[in-house]
Amino acid sequence: MRKRDFIKRLVLGAGLALGLSSLVPAQAADDTIKVGVLHSLSGTMAISETTLKDTVLMLVDEQNKKGGLLGKQLEAVVVDPASNWPLFAEKARELLEKDKVAVVFGCWTSVSRKSVLPVFEELNGLLFYPVQYEGEESSKNVFYTGAAPNQQAIPAVDYLMSQGVKRWVLAGTDYVYPRTTNKILEAYLKQKGVAAKDIMINYTPFGHSDWQSIVSEIKKFGSAGKKTAVVSTINGDANVPFYKELGNQGVSAEKIPVVAFSVGEEELSGIDTKPLVGHLAAWNYFMSVDTPENAAFIKQWHEFIKDPKRVTNDPMEAHMIGFDLWVKAVEKAGSTDPDKVAAAIIGLETPNLTGGIAKMLPNHHITKPVLIGEIQDDGQFAVVWQTKGTVPGDAWSNYLPGSKDLEADWTAPINCGNYNTKTKTCLGTKAK
Amino acid sequence: MPRSHCRISRAITAIALLGLLWLGAAAADTLEDALPGLADRALPVKKQAVAAIVAAGEVRALPILEGLLVGDLYAREGDPPVVLVRSAGSVVRSIHPITGADLGEVDRASIKKITLTNALRTELRGAIAALSLGSPDPQVRLHSARALMQDPNPAAVAALRARLGQERDTRVRATLDLAMAVADLQVGTAESQRAAIAHLDGSLYPEARNALATLLATDALDPAVAVAARQALAGIDARVAWNARAETLFFGLSLGSVLVLAAIGLAITFGVMGVINMAHGELMMLGAYTTYLVQQAMPGLLDYSLFIAIPAAFIVAGLFGVAIERTVIRFLYGRPLETLLATFGISLILQQLVRTTVSAQNVTVENPSWMSGSWQLNPGLALTFNRLYILVFAMLVFLALLLILKRTALGLQVRAVSQNRAMARAMGVRSARVDALTFGLGAGIAGVAGVALSQLTNVGPNMGQAYIIDSFMVVVFGGVGNLWGTLIGGTVLGVANKFMEPWAGAVLAKILVLVFIILFIQKRPRGLFPQRGRAAEG
Repeated sequence: MRKRDFIKRLVLGAGLALGLSSLVPAQAADDTIKVGVLHSLSGTMAISETTLKDTVLMLVDEQNKKGGLLGKQLEAVVVDPASNWPLFAEKARELLEKDKVAVVFGCWTSVSRKSVLPVFEELNGLLFYPVQYEGEESSKNVFYTGAAPNQQAIPAVDYLMSQGVKRWVLAGTDYVYPRTTNKILEAYLKQKGVAAKDIMINYTPFGHSDWQSIVSEIKKFGSAGKKTAVVSTINGDANVPFYKELGNQGVSAEKIPVVAFSVGEEELSGIDTKPLVGHLAAWNYFMSVDTPENAAFIKQWHEFIKDPKRVTNDPMEAHMIGFDLWVKAVEKAGSTDPDKVAAAIIGLETPNLTGGIAKMLPNHHITKPVLIGEIQDDGQFAVVWQTKGTVPGDAWSNYLPGSKDLEADWTAPINCGNYNTKTKTCLGTKAK
Repeated sequence: MPRSHCRISRAITAIALLGLLWLGAAAADTLEDALPGLADRALPVKKQAVAAIVAAGEVRALPILEGLLVGDLYAREGDPPVVLVRSAGSVVRSIHPITGADLGEVDRASIKKITLTNALRTELRGAIAALSLGSPDPQVRLHSARALMQDPNPAAVAALRARLGQERDTRVRATLDLAMAVADLQVGTAESQRAAIAHLDGSLYPEARNALATLLATDALDPAVAVAARQALAGIDARVAWNARAETLFFGLSLGSVLVLAAIGLAITFGVMGVINMAHGELMMLGAYTTYLVQQAMPGLLDYSLFIAIPAAFIVAGLFGVAIERTVIRFLYGRPLETLLATFGISLILQQLVRTTVSAQNVTVENPSWMSGSWQLNPGLALTFNRLYILVFAMLVFLALLLILKRTALGLQVRAVSQNRAMARAMGVRSARVDALTFGLGAGIAGVAGVALSQLTNVGPNMGQAYIIDSFMVVVFGGVGNLWGTLIGGTVLGVANKFMEPWAGAVLAKILVLVFIILFIQKRPRGLFPQRGRAAEG
């Protein structure tokens, strides 16, 4: 009996601790504007998302030093959805209903975004989503500051084609982002005249760690005399053993380059990068980009986080841009009312960190440059190619049969997230 | 007449010598002129500079090209604009890239590494191979002949053909012959093509197979050549298929060895003691983090770090195991559900402990140099060293554990307590102490497994969770309470998984293995090697 009590008490204590931690931010003064932060601080995604939480805190801090917004101080409300997709929806509801935040910055995986989407639409909140994703979505309440497929995947494939690549391995983790991206890429490659036998598609479970057979297969596929490249949508953790196996089986970047869409500076900081030198990544920002804006951002980050070794990455830049655009929109609208801010933000511009301008488009995506970088042995990327100017984000891919005719436009008169340009009808926000 | 003849020939020699000198000077100039281009940040300028150096074709350019390729060439202010850098300990010395003269110590902050792209690296490798074909070291010549064979452009073929005339080393000659045969297939007459096919017959080099396949795809092929080529290709394919089978078997054994390593600690705690230890994966994580800490503490001893990490991980994880047993599990013997919940809680606590004390991010555990690379058995089959060593290591751990259980006093007591606790106590065995030590042993083995895993996969707070399901699967499949069952079970599951993966895909293969185990457990609830006798009933 005594032991049972002990466990009961243990459970009770844990519950109490959790409850308390979510209570603390709620005791806030009324004369502040609240900014919600919805990033996992525990569980599998904590590796990536903790940094983004810190980024938003830094941006809020900076804005407050500049005198706040509309004469009020900003106040960050941080919740922890713990890499648990249904919990994301609960925490989003809590932020919007209980804390009454003016805006939320959050989510990483597509499945977490899909989970909170109905909550934001029901309660009319604003969400800024900072990560590259598979597209095929445009919500009235979400602003996509990460890359759409045409701002990352398609230009990366174009670059490899210009390097003479004729055979393609599309390798990904088995979930919605890689599957949709690979579907788009497959359609795009076929349209460019690549035969089906020159495309190999492979999916692996989350956190896959035994890559022997797959790397050996890729090696065989790549030794058929034609230049081969791997387009990797392998997610997070699984990349380390994948690249290790590539190195051990002697697959060098010169023979078979791997271009990754989910490997950035943050992910590389957990890897011994020597065997990876020369492999590629496609992003809209690299820490190594040499501009005064970027240097200032890195300096600000290091001062805030108090660790000069920490790296910056693409989703951090996306949050920086999203935050700037939101601040400008609130100032323009003179209010934090979601409808007014959503109307004001379209067409606003802010400088990005790579020397260009990010502009919020009517489809709630932004303009971004596309950069291809090669991994160096210090864990940074050397930019080997970039688009001239910026590329506007496209919500609905032009290469998929179902979404070819769809457009998103949140300005009058269309005001629709999936407008069919052929039939001139709006399918409604919940369609698809 | 003879005198004037002599004078003329002397004059010619002098002119030729002068010409050579002048040529040499010109080459030196191209090298010198190209150096600032290498230091330039703009890629096109760098490309031009490399192309100029490569085109000069000078042996003296070799150190520059090699330095560039391995990342020893740095840009700096002053003359020369680039230097080779050699570091010995904390001292960094700069060396003139052309003359090789020592330019003294430099400050690392004042120089900047010259970055490369894949296209440049490929070009450099080709140029280095062409330049080092005349190297006195046969190993270097072999390497460069292999490199040139992979990229059969006319210049490379000409260089190889020229080398063939004077090559003495048999291995290099064989490679050169092969490269010539591959080249002859594309351009030669029907006669030389048939000779080339005869030469390529049975070769496992992918280039040979590709050359034959390309030949068969061409139109207007001599029928006799086509027949010979088809036969040769079929022969090669048959040998490649055997290679593939051997490779899959190795992959399977290797996956099996990882499963055995992960499960064998659990075979003690769950199999022998009957404790459902959900924190088993976290004990492995502790072992992996111990490896990380050992490497951090002794950065100079990277190649030996694993030998220090193995006992260290055993002790760390073992102590945690004893502590867990003494503070929690001993109150819960005979109540499996509560043990499960409590150890699950411990696993969360351990994860959070690492997250707060080390970092939420994954940490870098480096591979010692002897763990990298692969063992080339034949041109088409290579076994990676890290997998090979882990396979051997798993066997050693298994044998050691078997010896401990069968041959030591502790082992005897462990078996006695697990078979009949009351009787063992009556015989004077201090069962509480044995419980703690057994659990500590299982935990320690888990820590050792963590050292091996740190060489294969991520080291992060969540790493243990990826292995806990697999570990239980292996122990249950093999038969609870039987070490041999764990060994056979893990190996069978690994090999089955790898043979299914090529045609089913990684996701489906995993599902199929799980379904198979569920069905198997229905038929034989006590696993492959069930424990017999009275102990099994209790």
